[in-house]
Amino acid sequence: MSTTPSQPAHHILSVLVQNRPGVLARVAGLFARRGYNIFSLAVAPTEDPNQSRITIVVDVESAPLEQVVKQLFKLVDVVKISELDPRRSVERELLMATVRVPAEERGQVVELVNIFEGKILAVGFEAITVSLEGSPDKLDDFEELLRGYGIVELQRTGRVALPKLDKEARLRAVKGKAS
Amino acid sequence: MSQKITGAQALIRALELEGVDTIFGLPGGCILPAYDPLLDSPIRHIRVRHDHGAGHMAEGYAHVTGRPGVAMVTSGPAATNMVTPLCDAYMDSIPMVCITGQVPTTAIGTDAFQECDTVGITRSVTKHNELIMMADDVPLMVRQAFHIATTGRPGPVLLDLPKDVLQNSMTWHWPSDDEVLDSLPGYRPTQKGHPRMIKEAARLILEARQPVLYVGGGVLKARAAAALRELAELIDTPVVTTLMARGAFPDDHPLCLGMPGMHGNATAITAMQKSDLLINLGARFDDRITGKVATFAPDAKVIHVDIDPAEQGKVRRPDVPIVGDCRLVIEEIIKAIKDMLAAGEKQADIAPWKSRVSGWREQFPLHYSPSEPGDALKPQYCLEQLRDNSPEGTILCSGVGQHQMWSSQYWKFNEPYTWVNSGGLGTMGFSVPAAIGAKVGRPDRTVWAVDGDGCFQMTAQELVTASVERIPVKVAVLNNSYLGMVRQWQEMFYEERYSEVYLSPELPDFVKWAESMGCVGIRVESPEEVQPAIEKANSIDDRSVVVEFRVDASEKVFPMVPAGFSNDDVLLHPDHSAKREFLR
Repeated sequence: MSTTPSQPAHHILSVLVQNRPGVLARVAGLFARRGYNIFSLAVAPTEDPNQSRITIVVDVESAPLEQVVKQLFKLVDVVKISELDPRRSVERELLMATVRVPAEERGQVVELVNIFEGKILAVGFEAITVSLEGSPDKLDDFEELLRGYGIVELQRTGRVALPKLDKEARLRAVKGKAS
Repeated sequence: MSQKITGAQALIRALELEGVDTIFGLPGGCILPAYDPLLDSPIRHIRVRHDHGAGHMAEGYAHVTGRPGVAMVTSGPAATNMVTPLCDAYMDSIPMVCITGQVPTTAIGTDAFQECDTVGITRSVTKHNELIMMADDVPLMVRQAFHIATTGRPGPVLLDLPKDVLQNSMTWHWPSDDEVLDSLPGYRPTQKGHPRMIKEAARLILEARQPVLYVGGGVLKARAAAALRELAELIDTPVVTTLMARGAFPDDHPLCLGMPGMHGNATAITAMQKSDLLINLGARFDDRITGKVATFAPDAKVIHVDIDPAEQGKVRRPDVPIVGDCRLVIEEIIKAIKDMLAAGEKQADIAPWKSRVSGWREQFPLHYSPSEPGDALKPQYCLEQLRDNSPEGTILCSGVGQHQMWSSQYWKFNEPYTWVNSGGLGTMGFSVPAAIGAKVGRPDRTVWAVDGDGCFQMTAQELVTASVERIPVKVAVLNNSYLGMVRQWQEMFYEERYSEVYLSPELPDFVKWAESMGCVGIRVESPEEVQPAIEKANSIDDRSVVVEFRVDASEKVFPMVPAGFSNDDVLLHPDHSAKREFLR
């Protein structure tokens, strides 16, 4: 499976926050107020139930990103921010799709799912629901191929990421805590 | 020894333990439970006429005392009325704690009577806010609020308290400092500057030939005026004080150039523009200072000291960024410079620069055309008289507009914390309530509010509060019957097409209005009446005084750097235009 490097204009921010009501609204609101578009966002508790990790993919040039990261740091509930280099981190995303496919062509979709090592979640007379977990690029390719059959519904989770362990995982923790 | 008390009792007790002596507020439905234990508390409550006034009073109090101002109002409309003061305090980094009532937790989300999403609405105008869902959390949340409001870059913090949280019983526990810190793992403001950056700053300062100390409100927030003076004198460098920093360095000091920016004086603007080193202490390169950013101080290297890391590089990329408390950093820079001088290094010769700056000062003093006999009264003249006839240490508050700029220009601020104004947000109507808050904070001082006729009509009703609560303030209304600053822009940039800026010279009758609110009202229409009126106002200390000055509507604020213009193209007073070339 080909894994083309993610586009350089994408930045992945891994934001460790206090697991408290309203935190996501604070983070998302800050992006909105400063005029940044969030490409994808995933949030869930970490190994410490008091803290959650928000993985935000932002579509910007790096200079203005510095400003939004600093503003993000000023949120009292934000504990730590790491900017992950897409080339030096592992990213995963989950895709679910319902594809309209008559029974006689269903085999083609099943074959596709097998090639991509995906899963079949439900089968109906006229449609099939499949899932795939993998790198965002792999999901892009899969989605593209499914599109030919007619996608009824599609949902992606937004990516989550951790730094790679090989060599020196380049985890750039941004210095200078809030004021 | 744990005792059961209500959330409301815990709130008031926590405020007492935080050292709160005054709350500015207005009771209502959901905050009712908190007003009951207040009856038994030594805390003074000042009941305002409009929630908005409570917010600005808290700001005025915080401005002059350095302690956080506290405002308390109910839910819904009262909370939305607090949005402007909160945003004002956020923009100007004023420590403030605002307590709002909220509908009971069981009713949240049902569109109950006087319900609104207060934390949602105020999220982007507070440094932090919290909806408290458990009575047991009250003491910790209050401690957090005061800690956050007063440390790092100060700012407003809001606590939203549902009615049942105030009514429920809880087990009292006053958290220790460590508990507060542990509960805020994401909040650790940097205090001390980086030693390497401080050395680098000292080196740049000694090398500079055309340095300027660009002083912002951060110096006042950090209580760093004395350290600043020591630094300025050590390196013999001219100082400009921004609108938020007036008084941080004495105006009568030979190194003080006064205010830069859109309506700064020509010397302060030009000195920054021509400098080779801007030593920015607690300022933020606001657009009102820089003019067109691309041409701002083009040859200057920049040292930027700010406790807020997000200010570094936001507008102008510094050569030496220093994140830290202004007072601590200035003291470290002084030490580093002294060490370098002791080691035999020499400061570059800045005498030619200083003589150039002196030349500008001689050529371009603040200027207006005094009125001829029979002409309308000049607002600048009124302010000069107010300045010269008011007691030493008078605190000056202002609203927003022409009168604000003239106040900042013509007053002589020789002491920190004697100037209270709305800088960042530019909130009309700030002056009267802020002056009341300032007088509560500093009852020993004379407090003058300078207001325009437009501003005064936004918040004047708080003079009733002043009368009832026996807080004597003095208000100078510069009545030009216009929204003067907007009129100035329409005259200069909209071909004198005056749109919706004319108010009325006769309505309201300011003297009668003042009297109806329990104040003394005085009207001044000619120059010879000015001084006696001010002296009379200053002699009255048992009630508030409103002096209405009927002033020339055509007077404009100069100098002026129009929005989007380069500071190089500052518009001088017409009497000075002919000698522009001296500004080289």
